[in-house]
Amino acid sequence: MSEMPWYNRGLFSSLNLRQKTLLTIAITGLVLAIIFICGYMIDANLPTNFAIKMKPPSFEHPFGTDWMGRDMFIRTLKGLSLSIMIGLAASIISSIIATILAFVASVNKYCDSFISWLIDLFASVPHILLIMMISIGLGKGAFGVMMAVAFTHWVNLTRVLRAEVLQINTSEYVALSKRFGKNKLWIAKEHILPLVLSQIFVGTLLVFPHAIMHESSVTFLGFGLSPHEPAIGIILSESMSYLAMGAWWLAFFPGAALLIVVLLFDIIGDNLKRLVDPSQAND
Amino acid sequence: MNLKASNISFSYTKKRQILNDVSLSLNSNEIIGLMGDSGSGKSTLCKILSGHISHYSGEVTLDGNKIQDKGFYPVQLIYQHPEKTMNPKWKMEKVLNESWNPPQDLKKSFGLKDSWLTRWPSELSGGELQRFSILRALNPNTKFIIADEISTMLDAVTQVQIWEALINHCKANNIGILAVSHDEELLNVLCDDILKFDEINNL
Repeated sequence: MSEMPWYNRGLFSSLNLRQKTLLTIAITGLVLAIIFICGYMIDANLPTNFAIKMKPPSFEHPFGTDWMGRDMFIRTLKGLSLSIMIGLAASIISSIIATILAFVASVNKYCDSFISWLIDLFASVPHILLIMMISIGLGKGAFGVMMAVAFTHWVNLTRVLRAEVLQINTSEYVALSKRFGKNKLWIAKEHILPLVLSQIFVGTLLVFPHAIMHESSVTFLGFGLSPHEPAIGIILSESMSYLAMGAWWLAFFPGAALLIVVLLFDIIGDNLKRLVDPSQAND
Repeated sequence: MNLKASNISFSYTKKRQILNDVSLSLNSNEIIGLMGDSGSGKSTLCKILSGHISHYSGEVTLDGNKIQDKGFYPVQLIYQHPEKTMNPKWKMEKVLNESWNPPQDLKKSFGLKDSWLTRWPSELSGGELQRFSILRALNPNTKFIIADEISTMLDAVTQVQIWEALINHCKANNIGILAVSHDEELLNVLCDDILKFDEINNL
């Protein structure tokens, strides 16, 4: 038996596993929603104030201030909400792509070979390289990054869904459905889609952390969002030139915040998988 | 009506031939039993007769015509394990209505309770599910029923009840039955004639 995850131990041990899982999902979702909404409502065009530039963390500025005297806490929050938005859009688009490709693969032998080839092709190229190329090709910016991340992250989910659809297609109820005179489209919609819906859902959430990380890293490398937007990647790459001067807070807090957000999404995805997949419900 | 299989040969892999030159004929006013050992290819023959397998050599004809692959197939197969023949994410009502909407008295003769219709397949027992899968196959367009060990996992009382309802309906609507089983006594009671699978399969 595998170990119970750390967030399911201790504090809420009076609840049963299902309640705990639901509670974890609810709390994590709430935290992410608060971060997203706060960041969305904040106006990040902060005035520069050179009187307070390069201040280390204090009660007034919990994350410190940067070289133009802007509050890093507000910039980080704004950056996170931008990341969440791009991550959300990218992972939804990539699961839609994955679903369509998985169903196309089930049409006939040739479609299946083609989709398998496509999966192998995309899986064999390093993600970050593809993201950079697509992002540049689409003119960078939020749209470019979103599309770049979406068009590189469908691979794993497609592979899982393709196998799932293949298995359902050989089942006796699909065979009978064909003999009842139902066509392939009807079978795909009524038989297969309800069965893979939970997989699609979990897959979307598990792509999320990857999407955010890749968005930040490609922005950090300078192929993503434009410098005036306070994305986490931009904040981190700017802070590099000040790290040597001892301004550790410029990189530490935004980096840690990003890590926490990614971790929160991972927790939601993991717990949701636990809920919809009974075979590992007791882990 | 007459269902005729002539010179059927089939193999899953090149190494082992399952069916060789099998021929049989079935009239819609009779019940024919088919008996054979486990793994001898009875189910494979059933799948060929009901159109679930298409890459065989030989011919299956209905009144001398090839059966159309599109639309409702007039030869319906009932599987041995009903729980595998139902989509686990469908309510029983949808499972039943996928084929047709049977009248109330027919449901009653199979002992189908209306309260079962709103449940999931995992919430019913094997016997209850088997009633659904039989009723589902009795669509008005069905001319022949291939019953592949449909009562093997049922107790004696349920077996009698289900077979009686099935045979009554088929006699009344001129539907032919091919009953496959290991159980010679059961086939002796049910069938007009019994075929031994080893004798029709020329291996």
